This record gives sequence, structure tokens and C-alpha cells, in this order.
Amino acid sequence: MSIDTAPTVSATALDATSGTVTRRDILHRMLMTLGPILAALVIAGCILLAVGVDPLAYYGFVLEKGLFSPLGIQQTLTRMAPLLFLAAGLIVAFRAGMWNLGGDGQFLLGAVTAAASAPVFVQIMPAWLALFCSFLIAMVVAMIWSLVPALLRAYQGVNEIITTLMMTFLGTSLANVLVKLAFRDPNTTVPQTRTLPVEDRLPRLFETTITSGLLLGLAAILIVHLVMTRTAFGLKLRIVGANPRAAVHSGLGVPGLTVAVFAISAGLAGLAGAVDIIGVQGNVRADWNPAYGLAVIPAVFLARMNGFAAIGFVFLLSVLSIGGESAARRLGVPNHFTLVLVSIVLIVLALAEYFDHRYNQSRRA
Amino acid sequence: MTGLFSEVFLSALLFGAVTAAIPLLLAGLGEQISEKAGVLNIGIEGMMLAGAYLGFVGAFYSGSLWLGFLTGAAGGVSVAVVMALLCVRIGLNQIVIGIALTLGLEGLTALLHHFQFSRSYPRLPAADATVIPLLSDIPVIGPAFFKHHLIVYLAVALVFGMGYIYRRTQLGLNLQAAGDKPAALDVAGIDVVQTRTIAVLTTGALAGLGGAYLANVGAGLFIPFITNGAGFLGIVLAMLARGRPVWVLFGALLFGVCLSLTTAMQVAGINIPTDIIQMLPFLAVMIMLVLFGRRASLPAALGIPYERGAR
Repeated sequence: MSIDTAPTVSATALDATSGTVTRRDILHRMLMTLGPILAALVIAGCILLAVGVDPLAYYGFVLEKGLFSPLGIQQTLTRMAPLLFLAAGLIVAFRAGMWNLGGDGQFLLGAVTAAASAPVFVQIMPAWLALFCSFLIAMVVAMIWSLVPALLRAYQGVNEIITTLMMTFLGTSLANVLVKLAFRDPNTTVPQTRTLPVEDRLPRLFETTITSGLLLGLAAILIVHLVMTRTAFGLKLRIVGANPRAAVHSGLGVPGLTVAVFAISAGLAGLAGAVDIIGVQGNVRADWNPAYGLAVIPAVFLARMNGFAAIGFVFLLSVLSIGGESAARRLGVPNHFTLVLVSIVLIVLALAEYFDHRYNQSRRA
Repeated sequence: MTGLFSEVFLSALLFGAVTAAIPLLLAGLGEQISEKAGVLNIGIEGMMLAGAYLGFVGAFYSGSLWLGFLTGAAGGVSVAVVMALLCVRIGLNQIVIGIALTLGLEGLTALLHHFQFSRSYPRLPAADATVIPLLSDIPVIGPAFFKHHLIVYLAVALVFGMGYIYRRTQLGLNLQAAGDKPAALDVAGIDVVQTRTIAVLTTGALAGLGGAYLANVGAGLFIPFITNGAGFLGIVLAMLARGRPVWVLFGALLFGVCLSLTTAMQVAGINIPTDIIQMLPFLAVMIMLVLFGRRASLPAALGIPYERGAR
């Protein structure tokens, strides 16, 4: 029951490294990227207008808080850290043709693991080692969580979209159970894990409030990009993604690679959770679920699964996320509006790709 | 615990199971027809949410449950129209569009709910049941299965109607061919795009109806994210049912029991955190997939847009 649907909005997934780039190409790429974003902002603005909110005021607040205020931009850059890890995980999975939609479950379990282990570790070992161990264990737990969908896809051909989604529902509940029952801080009335003291968290950059997790996130996505584009392992994964049958015939161990892809993708999602907890939050409260996982998908698609471009789009998403929270408070628009915006971006982007493809074909004919 | 109490408890449990199963059944039947015709419909969760929201709005303002079902189905169809245009007509990636529709409808219905109902949280009165004479007098089983709203019996009848369409009619054969070998259907002179469009729109109507039932009869109100994965459960049901509507019914009832157990345990005051109980249905799905995943069969051309003359 496997379905050969390489998750490519564009045909450019494989040729991200193609050699000469003319000015025309760059202009074309810019148009194909900014066009859909602008169109999506306009359509989403119409929806705001329909529910009686001034879209210009909304977008104004988003930019004011997310981009132009000194405190806001620092929050935006801090928010980028977990999003970059999640985007890195999605790049690996999507380029290898696997739909890991279980990011939120893996993220939360990584977060809870880190929140439970870090306060214990800092008491028995030096701080840097304690944080390193917490990252490691969060990654491993998320990897284990992805094992069932990975094995089902690799050896039984069960569609991974469904299994990873189911595992996300399970993982979200399990994370809550762990917070409420296993790792609950006995000293607080609200169910939450023990808080990691601020001085033990990841250091902040210079004199700002920006977490150094941002640097880790940037490193993660760049390493992933280089592995996917410059190494034999990355090429193997891209072949599996482009044509699984051809990959089998060329002698690649597809089941093993499938499990590896899920492990890397989920591991990065687990690290995303850990970096958010160890760098910023300090603890996990019960029922906390920021649901970053699905929101990152359009950013990765817009970037054509290219790591460098993904950094830019994650920044935009971050601005939207931080600014959206502020605009939501001021204008009374619930945060769910971001979901609508993300959805419109995806649809408009797919449409733009289609018409671009059609235009190119008719020009060649 | 007296015998009488456990009898009442058991029939309430089964009654809840049927109520919980109906949205899953409708979603599963809907997904099945799309998959048969070769369209993987990940947007079904969004279609159910549209159905739940519009179904509730329709029933709330008109006071008629039937009108609510109608607007709910229309809501599902309106999302399906987008899906049909983008994925069947011009052949965009079904998974990308499906995810986008689900996300968008999650956000949009939550947004509309916020502006419309978030201060008052209005509720609908309990739905009137159609009591089937004689059968409903059977102890335990009678009150559990034969005292539901009329639409429940219609949904079960639909299972057999679908079975008939798939096995005995030209339309059923066309749907099957559109999923297995669309080129052959095209050569036979039947429009693949049209056949698939019919399938996707039917999915929208059934999913919308399922959502409307969930909001209007199951819950009596609309809250954001009310479907909570029911559409995805429907996809799993369709995958495991191997194209047979009756298996969707059995699967839906099985998951219905799980969901009903969730509520029953909470009502009975059994001291387990709700989070653990909420995991039950999804755990059941994963176990089913581990046990039967390999035996699930899907049409050959599932997920692949049909383009005439393309290789």
C-alpha cells in the first residue's frame, strides 16, 4: 500500500545544486517565491476583512512587533531556533520522499525528555555536559518514537502520512501524561515539569535575549543541506525520494535508508523540542503544544527544500508567529488565523508552480 | 455494583459507540470512494470540519436538524470542489493540497467560531430518536442500537447501497477503473476526470454529513478542532477495508467502542487521567495497522493525477 508520491511541489528538488545561475533565473525564482506570499497575504487579508478586522492594522502589528521592535526581533530570532531544527528534519524527509507529518509528537516528546532530564543532570555533572546529555536523550527518544512508522513503511509498505499523524495524536497525549504523572514538579500547583534555572540554560548571545540555540539551529540546517547535496549518503536519499523503484534496482537498501531517514528527521524534531526547553522555556507545562510542526511545512516547500533558502523562510515564519501573537492580543483575532495563512500560502504556491510549468512547456513547444 | 446498573451501563456504552461510529463510518465511506477512484483525500479532515461548522450553523439558525445535515453536506462539498479543481482537473499534488485544506479549514472554522459563538457557546437541543418498535424492547441491545436519530439507520443502509453500486453498476466499475487503470477507462470512452470529480464530490458530501452529525447529534455544539482526527481515522478505515463498505462499518463500530469507552470510563469515575484514555482509539489504530497493514490494498493509480497521453 505504498504510494509513490514524491513530495515535490516543484521539479527543482533534485537540481538545487545546478551550476550556472543567470540573473534571469534569480529574478524568476524571486518572483515565484514572493508572488505566492504576496497573493496569500492579500487573500488572507480579505478573510480578515470579512470577519470585520482591518487587515492593514493586523499586518502592521505583525511587522511592528515581529520585525521592528528591538524586543520583538530578539524574540523572533529566538523563536527561529526550534523552527530551524524542525525545518532541517523536514528537508531530509521530504527530499527522501517520506512524509514525516509526526513532527509535533516528536517535538513534544523531545521537549518533555529534555525538561525531565536537564534539571537532574545539572546537579550531577558539569553544565555543558548536562545540556549535551539532555539534547542527546531527547533526540534518541524522538527517534524511537518514529520507529513504528518507519518500520511499517520500510517493511510493510504502510503509508507513513497516516501512521505519523496517528503517532502525533498519541505523542501529544503521552507528553501530557508524562508531565502530569511522571515528571511533575511537586512544588507547584499547576502541573509542569521542574524548571531549569536560568543560569543553567543555553547562554544568551552577547547582551541580547537571543538564545544561542539559534546558532545550533543554523548549524543543523546547514549540515543537513550539505549532507543532502554534497555527500553520497545524501544522493542515495534523494534517489530514494525521486524514484523508489529505481533505487531498489540500483542496489540501494531502501528499507534501511527509510528507517535512517525517519530517525534523522525525528531526531531533529526531538532536538527542536530540546532547544526550545533548554534554551527558552525552562520547563514544560501540561497541555503545552505550540504546533510548530505543520506550520514549518510551507516554509520548507517555499524554500524548494534548500537549506539556505529555508533559513530565510523560517525567519519570515518566525516574524509571523511572534508578530501574530501580539496582533492577536491587540485585535482579538485568535492565533488560528496563522493556520489559514499557512494553508493559503501552500495552495497559491502549488498553483504558481503549475502555471509556471505550463508556461515553460508552451514556450518550448 | 448491581446487575441492573451494569446492564444500563453496557447499553449506554454501546449507544455511545454507535453515536461515535457514525461520523467515522461516513468519513470512511467517503474516503473509500475517493481512493477507489484514485484520489488520496488527506483533506477529508477539513471537509468534516467544514461540515461540522456549517451543519451546526444551519441547524442552530433554522432550528431544523435536517437542514443542518443539508448545510453540513454542502459545506463538505464546497471544500471538495476546491480539491476536485486543484487535484483532479489540473493535477496538483494531492498530499500538499490535502494538508493545506485540512490546515486551512481548521484555522477558518476556529476563527469563525471565535467571532460568532465564543461568548455564548450555544447548544442544540438533544436530537429526537426514531424508536424502532419491537427491536428496541430487547434488553441491552434494544436501547443501544434501535433508539437513534433516523440518519443513523440511513447511514447504515448507505453501506449496503455503496456495496451495491461498487459491485453491480456501471458507475462502480468506472470508479474502480479510474483508480486501477485510468488510461483503460479513457480508452473505453469514459471521462476519467469526470469520474474522479464525482468521487471527490461524493466524499465531500459524506464527510460533511459526518461532521454535521458529530457536531449536531454527537456533541450538540461546535467547538474548534471538534473532529479531533476523525477524518484521519476515516482514512485508516478506508485503507484497511480493501474497498469493501461492510468492513468500513465493522471498523467504525470497533473504533466507536474505543471512543465510547473513553467517555464511559470518565463518567464511571475510573481514576485514570483523561490523557491516557484519549490515547485509546489512536492506539487501536496503530495496533490494527501493525497487524493488518500489509494486507491492506490500494488502487494502483492512487495519488497519481491523470493526464491524457502522459506516460
